[in-house]
Amino acid sequence: MKRFAQLIHELENSNKTNDKLAALVGYFSTANEKDKPYVIALFTGKKPRRPVSTALIREWATELSQIPDWLFAESYHSVGDLSETIALILPPASKQTDKPLNQWITDLAQLNGKSDEEKKTFILNAWDQLNTKERFIFNKLISGNFRIGVSSKMLVNALAKQSDTDSSKIMHSIMGKWDPSEITYEELIEGIHVNTDNSWPYPFCLAYALETETDNLGQPQEWQAEWKWDGIRGQIVKRNGELFIWSRGEELVTAQFPELSFLEHELPDGTVLDGEILSVKDGKVQPFSVLQQRLNRKTISKNQLNEIPVGFFMYDLLEYKTLDVRERPLSERRTLLEEVSTQLQTKDIAVLSPVINYESWTQLAEIRQESRAMNSEGIMLKKLTSAYHSGRKKGDWWKWKINPYTIDTVMIYAQKGSGRRANHFTDYTFAIRDGEQLITIAKAYSGLTDKEIKEVDSFVRKNAIEKFGPVRTVKPELVFEIAFEGIAISKRHKAGLALRFPRIARWRKDKIAAEINTLEDLRQLYTSTL
Amino acid sequence: MAIIEFTSKGIYCPQGRFYIDPWQPVDLAVTTHGHADHVKWGNKAYLCHDLTKPILKQRLGIDLPVETLPYGKPIVINGVKVSLHPAGHVIGSAQIRLEYKGEICVISGDYKVEYDGISTAFEPVRCHSFVSESTFGLPIYKWQPQQEIFKEISNWISDNHDQQKTSVLIAYSLGKAQRLIKNLSAQCPIYVHSSIANLNEGLIKAGVDLPQTIRITPEIKKETLQQGIVIVPPALADGKWMKSLQSAATGICSGWMQVRAGRRWRSADAGFALSDHADWPGLLQAIHDTGAEKVYVTHGFVSPFTKYLNEIGITASEVQTRYGEEEEETAETVTNLKEA
Repeated sequence: MKRFAQLIHELENSNKTNDKLAALVGYFSTANEKDKPYVIALFTGKKPRRPVSTALIREWATELSQIPDWLFAESYHSVGDLSETIALILPPASKQTDKPLNQWITDLAQLNGKSDEEKKTFILNAWDQLNTKERFIFNKLISGNFRIGVSSKMLVNALAKQSDTDSSKIMHSIMGKWDPSEITYEELIEGIHVNTDNSWPYPFCLAYALETETDNLGQPQEWQAEWKWDGIRGQIVKRNGELFIWSRGEELVTAQFPELSFLEHELPDGTVLDGEILSVKDGKVQPFSVLQQRLNRKTISKNQLNEIPVGFFMYDLLEYKTLDVRERPLSERRTLLEEVSTQLQTKDIAVLSPVINYESWTQLAEIRQESRAMNSEGIMLKKLTSAYHSGRKKGDWWKWKINPYTIDTVMIYAQKGSGRRANHFTDYTFAIRDGEQLITIAKAYSGLTDKEIKEVDSFVRKNAIEKFGPVRTVKPELVFEIAFEGIAISKRHKAGLALRFPRIARWRKDKIAAEINTLEDLRQLYTSTL
Repeated sequence: MAIIEFTSKGIYCPQGRFYIDPWQPVDLAVTTHGHADHVKWGNKAYLCHDLTKPILKQRLGIDLPVETLPYGKPIVINGVKVSLHPAGHVIGSAQIRLEYKGEICVISGDYKVEYDGISTAFEPVRCHSFVSESTFGLPIYKWQPQQEIFKEISNWISDNHDQQKTSVLIAYSLGKAQRLIKNLSAQCPIYVHSSIANLNEGLIKAGVDLPQTIRITPEIKKETLQQGIVIVPPALADGKWMKSLQSAATGICSGWMQVRAGRRWRSADAGFALSDHADWPGLLQAIHDTGAEKVYVTHGFVSPFTKYLNEIGITASEVQTRYGEEEEETAETVTNLKEA
């Protein structure tokens, strides 16, 4: 555990990618052999079953630190992370141990099925032999959510460098199905498990936002333009009679979309498709807010299947007749994809994402203006000669998104941020007008500079009207332009509407509260998306 | 008449007709310490500890009308007995003890209970009512002993030397800077920004035993800096000068660094939870040791800390003040120096 704690310390002690990479390479060159696969599992979000509930952990920590529940809650709010709050709040350890990481993880797994009393004895004993940094890690091991600023891409790069192996091979290997207790580090790097596993997906090819004028991209004929759909990016894998649907988050979501199960019979073996899972009704793509109601459900009712039918819009073909075709040019892959699509017997559910015909960049720019009407986020530009890259690579694929929606709102509540923002009022609630009333429409905390945050903070301190715990009601004076990606009907919000991805676009110092948007404005906007 | 009142100008002693750390101009400002959130320009007279005087002159002007007292020596102002007692926060920082007709009140300003090696160590003062800060008034704030933190800082500096990186520590020019200098001077030469150098000169003249440092000038080569330690105030942390340093590693020394999110917010390479304020056990210990029947809680985690004190049987109430904005102070000071 001490070596792993040192790695975490090194990763957090630099904000430079090269330093982090060096720390990871160093770790994988010197760490306990058995620990290594566990660390890869942790960093790639492979969660073991949670052995102890959050409620119990929290209860024991509060009890052990001899503080009231509300004070624990205040501390948690300030820190913003439960594992860290517990690590900081506990009394100092009375002894020290250096049990290897893999042993801790195995021991924790064995708690499953034990009585609460036995679990408590184990956890309290563990806390008593770990320092603050190690405790934080230990608590993260319990929760399974181990996110500490190492992206899977960075991890893959480090492993590739450490083992002198091709990074896309490693990406394959760690994305597949494997168990850290059964595989060695060498085996994982070699990827011995992935060929026998029918499900393994390819890394998604990702695009950067277009940062230049289209004129700088060269001839329009060199590019394929498609709509950028707002659903869930998915990869459909069909091998040896089995069908798997992977989401971008590298999760298997096959069971969530029974509409697509026909592909198990209709797609030839050794076929892998890239595309977008969307809600499509009567041939029209629905906004994301509709699809959202189908997501992350354990069971799907008949009613939902009728109301929110799902379809798959195919973008690309990665594997054709068991061959990896990602290195072939897009134009060729598209032809093969069309062939695969034509051979499907069930029509209208898994369809080709249409290619946009255009002659000039100016014409494409005009077509792009129609994006909203089709519930698309804009246009994707893909070079016809491009390979299907692993991950994000600049130059061959671009997203050319339309600008977000914006409304003018007034700030009515402010709350102190958590953790790094704990001593400033940084979380704001915004309202629009509904007749004479102000009605809450969004909460947002990003998009201001540090200097602006300080200015708003000072305004809040001087203009607080009421106080509810950490929240201040302030004079409705400051006008902010809020950008967002969509609107949905919401029963939980007083306004009856909820914004998607709201964030502060800018502080409108030039406007006064009387000039903000109304609920009626938003209702009209919503109706226009249906 | 209460011995102190909380007014829109600051903490007021009506019998003595003076203010403690007022934020608006008054006739007499009794000053706990030299941080800008506790002492403003424009008062007709100032009373502070001997060692706060050079700091005030440095920061607010050489002609400032300042009277001073050593620790523990009482004077009487309009019938109120006034004395200063070490607060352990920064050099010259004092708790103000007021006594009138047997009633004792202590206004602590900012304080920490651990001895930092440079500021006179905190002394608990028995009183009836106590005004306490609450900057780190949550139980997540428990400092490691200073020795351990300095060991961490030293190791970090050695690692940077090995990797040919320049160690830049970011610290308030008054307080943290002197504490770092005192505790790190044995390791290697220390280069300081001129806002810190100016302050140090005043303090040395007033008799403070501060190790030798080198003022950073444009003539000093960047390679030379790499051999030592560089200390700059927070206002310079993102400045051009910092960017001009090749392969600098920055470390922030602040209590906020206790929390991981605090370190990310400041985008430094390293964060060291080294604070000049009392941690949670420190605050509770200090309050307990005063024996006060009534505690007034100012700047920091005011609400939870006050609520907690009441729950453990210490009568406490929240007080709104304008203290607790040291960062901006440093920014101002640096700009002033640049203009000068």
